[in-house]
Amino acid sequence: MSSLPGDVAELIGQVQYEETGEFPVERGYIWTAASSVENGNPLFWDNAVAAELTGGPIAPPSMLSTWFRPHHWAPGRTKQALPLQVHFDMKERFELPEAVMSDNSLTFYEPVRPGDVLSTRQVLRSVSEEKTTKLGTGRFWEIDVEYRNQSGDLVGVESWTGFGYRR
Amino acid sequence: MSVVFADVKEGLELDPLSYDVTSTTVVLGALATRDWRPQHHDYHFATERNGVRDIFLNAPNQAAWFERYVTDWTGPRGRLGRMRFRMKGSVFPGDTMAFTGVVTGTEVDDAGCGWADLDVTLKVGDEVMTTCAVRVALPTDPDDNPWSRRGDRWRP
Repeated sequence: MSSLPGDVAELIGQVQYEETGEFPVERGYIWTAASSVENGNPLFWDNAVAAELTGGPIAPPSMLSTWFRPHHWAPGRTKQALPLQVHFDMKERFELPEAVMSDNSLTFYEPVRPGDVLSTRQVLRSVSEEKTTKLGTGRFWEIDVEYRNQSGDLVGVESWTGFGYRR
Repeated sequence: MSVVFADVKEGLELDPLSYDVTSTTVVLGALATRDWRPQHHDYHFATERNGVRDIFLNAPNQAAWFERYVTDWTGPRGRLGRMRFRMKGSVFPGDTMAFTGVVTGTEVDDAGCGWADLDVTLKVGDEVMTTCAVRVALPTDPDDNPWSRRGDRWRP
């Protein structure tokens, strides 16, 4: 017998918070990112190698979430948008003041290319029964963040396991 | 040059990578991943609000370090399929990051794609800070290019 409230059970598998990135994927950021970890992979630096192997320049796959972090400031905005809103929704719904992320995975599909305009959507995959760990009592939830390009091709999925709890 | 699937066996150890972290490493990594949270650039916030000893490396930049470590080994034909992280501790300026990696398995899937599974570990001194399980596609022969796979031929 599941103790999951009906409104939460209905959210599982539903697409939420579809958003388009604030700016197109661009090479300046790709170079800054590769430079920050001294990544000399020629796919990001040598146009001839990129043309031969990937049909042109691509972004490092691990940059997936970079394209969706909001500007620090934007005209007219009064409140900073929260990435992974579903996580915060679950904290609020179950009145759990604390939360940690216990697991994070990235799965990569079509390469991301300069000029791409990506969109994202969040899907709640599961919510556990109430559990007690050494942190406190609360629930685990799994959230997928799917990323697609302007053609609708899936470029990646980021999966998070969160644990919301009270001490 | 790229590593070829036939040359990779379970138990193979990757060359280690050592890197001395500075405040610049942390701040550059945070800004490169558009992470403006103060604990990654503001010493006073990190020490007084977070209660840690300094600013620290953010998670998305750690992912970039793991990617760099794996593709330094594979070469440009290596194509990342999946990365799974477990964060256990923080990396601060003054720390020396030590990356090591070992091949835990290999397979050719039903679509003919050659895969290596790796366990990569980031340590500072004797302490494990992050572990990352990586699945990376490798060319099955010198003419194969995992980047050419799309749709049902790419199953990460």
